[in-house]
Amino acid sequence: MYPPEMAESLDKVAATRERRLQETHPTLPPDEKKALLEGFHPDFVDGGMSEIKVGPNKGDKAPNELADLLEGNTRVDPKIIDLETVDYECDVLVIGGGGAGASAALLAQENGANVILATKLRLGDANTVGAEGGTQAATKPQDSPTIHYLDAMGGGGFHNIPELVEALVKDAPLAIDWLEKLGVMWDKDTDGSLKTESGGGTSRKRMHSARDYTGLEEMRVLRDEVRNRDIQVLEFSPAVELVMDEEGKVAGAIFVNLETNEMTIVRAKATVLATGGGGRLHYQEFPTTNHYGATADGLVLASRVGARLIFIDTMQYHPTGVAYPEQIVGQLVTEKVRGLGAHLVNIDGDQFIYPLETRDAVASSVIRECKGRNKGVITPTGQPGVWLDSPMIDILRGKGTIARELPAMLRQFMRFDIDMSQEPVLIYPTLHYQNGGILIDANGQTTVANLFAAGEVEGGVHGRNRLMGNSTLDIFVFGRRAGKAAAERAKESKIGKPTLDHVNKWQQQIKEAGLEDRPISPMLLPDYTRHGRIASLRGSFAGGLE
Amino acid sequence: MSQTQTVTKMIDIYIMGKRYQVPEGLTIQKAMEYAGYKLIRGVGCRSGFCGACGTIYRVKDDPQLKYALACQTVVEDDMYLTQIPFFPAEKAIYDIAELEPTGETLLRLYPDLMKCMGCNSCTKSCPQEIEVISYIADALKGDIASLAEKSFDCVMCGLCAARCPAGLPQYNIGLLGRRLYGRYLAPRSQHLADRVAEVEGGKFDAESKALMEMPDEELRRRYNERDIER
Repeated sequence: MYPPEMAESLDKVAATRERRLQETHPTLPPDEKKALLEGFHPDFVDGGMSEIKVGPNKGDKAPNELADLLEGNTRVDPKIIDLETVDYECDVLVIGGGGAGASAALLAQENGANVILATKLRLGDANTVGAEGGTQAATKPQDSPTIHYLDAMGGGGFHNIPELVEALVKDAPLAIDWLEKLGVMWDKDTDGSLKTESGGGTSRKRMHSARDYTGLEEMRVLRDEVRNRDIQVLEFSPAVELVMDEEGKVAGAIFVNLETNEMTIVRAKATVLATGGGGRLHYQEFPTTNHYGATADGLVLASRVGARLIFIDTMQYHPTGVAYPEQIVGQLVTEKVRGLGAHLVNIDGDQFIYPLETRDAVASSVIRECKGRNKGVITPTGQPGVWLDSPMIDILRGKGTIARELPAMLRQFMRFDIDMSQEPVLIYPTLHYQNGGILIDANGQTTVANLFAAGEVEGGVHGRNRLMGNSTLDIFVFGRRAGKAAAERAKESKIGKPTLDHVNKWQQQIKEAGLEDRPISPMLLPDYTRHGRIASLRGSFAGGLE
Repeated sequence: MSQTQTVTKMIDIYIMGKRYQVPEGLTIQKAMEYAGYKLIRGVGCRSGFCGACGTIYRVKDDPQLKYALACQTVVEDDMYLTQIPFFPAEKAIYDIAELEPTGETLLRLYPDLMKCMGCNSCTKSCPQEIEVISYIADALKGDIASLAEKSFDCVMCGLCAARCPAGLPQYNIGLLGRRLYGRYLAPRSQHLADRVAEVEGGKFDAESKALMEMPDEELRRRYNERDIER
């Protein structure tokens, strides 16, 4: 239920709806898009980025909160860790239990590897489950992988690495087919045709969905499949440092059990990092759609072993995060809502952007509408927002479309007495995705031997802006490729004597650069607790008193 | 942020029986964090999808147990709550490629289905408001399509299994049913099969290579001039 002070604006949205149903807002010419991004996208905000002072990306920029962690101090003390006493040995170690990690583990296992998958929380606790809108793939006759290629390149500002985009679009139909054979229930017409919709920046209807629970459906099937196979899963065990051998190859990792603080050492012939993104770092204090464990750990681990990162100065702010009610501010309102026809309108009920521009442009336009033009709606807590006119969907496509296509969204708002089929929802951009990450080749190989990466943790696929539906695609395409390549590597790879020398050298560099005051990283979990008067007693008890 | 912010009203909640005062209006999850819990269990996506934060609660003077996802539910005054972050429900192990999409398969992998006594505790405990008992009835009838449809919005929090007196792992039965439906019973997509064959036959390789080698200016021109399917 909306507070009474929003009633006037809600009336205007309803009053303009009939007129707007006839109008199409013009799309942005390239020069106007550039000016919009430079004027209002958070990546361009003064003071938001810092130069990284150590490591393989020394001299590059990253958001302040990420730069601090990339310059951070290790959690381990190499002097007291006995790397010769290992808890597990395997061919392929997968770090991360989301869509990319699960795909990598399955393909590695299919290719003959003995696999261990370790993850910070539960298997499947990842951004994958929150992906609502869909997965891109050029499966229709009027579409082709090359049109998909063009869309992805343009969406990424033509910064994308061509070989990675080619792999992404080529494997896309294969990934949809693979998932269907595993039992994913894609939305279909009665003749079996896959239902596809538009997304921001796509020139074809290429978004494959499973209602608006797409990522959840994909993840619960993959999780079940991992459990059906002979794959060892270590839950509640985030990696705190990678282990190398004396030749500089990655040779496994050190994990900590979050519940018992026990350390686990895994030795592996090949390692796949699939740790996801970093929305929980709340760049520029933005709320986030990301899951609780999204703290950019993989970028830190990779940096410590010298793996190059790319495009870590660009983050994706999803244009439509919840702005009201307060309890769920920042949670995702899927782009599928716009894909199905809903307009974005300001306090007066006027459109200000073509709703399916790329995400960077739409997010910037919402920020401009609220902060640059004062045409936003302000909630009782001071949060600005604009309207996403969801009732248009049922008008355009027939009553019941929202209930059928967007059950998660409908449920999310109904819990707060807002019926999005009758009233619009208030939105504002929310931190959503790490566009860049660890540099890989088309097989997921990083710049360090025996270390692979897949999913949100890697970079280059999406350039400087990812399109909707290309992230859930990325996790399957590069998860599968990395898993297979890691299994092949394990067959030929010989691991030498394990060492943490790189950690010693890292600490030395930090000291020389005068960065000893940097936080301990990887972060592992954000801290949202209200710290009351915490006891500082001798022999303090319980977790959290670090 | 707001100039009109008034003093927040504090309410009492009882986390595993212990009283805490928290501001009204918080979700259960944020209220626990306000109380000082640094969560490891019982927290995941924080958006209502992952099923990590299944919670059972009761409000003072009302004996009826209620069920919620902690990240999607606002605290109430005198709420007594506990989370069920994990429940040791059975999960059958199978090779999906070797199964028949029939009711017999469901019964073979989950024989306890027969023990359902129709008490409806599962439906009452579902924070997604799924008619759990109805899809269990479908499973017993072998109506896999209906089972898949009705169970689709399941986030697999496990509260149904936690409350089932017969010990059924409803959410895993639903998952098996959906996988059988998706793989075997959903109508096949001819255009997908065609496209897979084309990709594997290398149909787009030459055109892709040309695009990859294309000068930036030409690529931009093509992008800006491409036609949009509406």
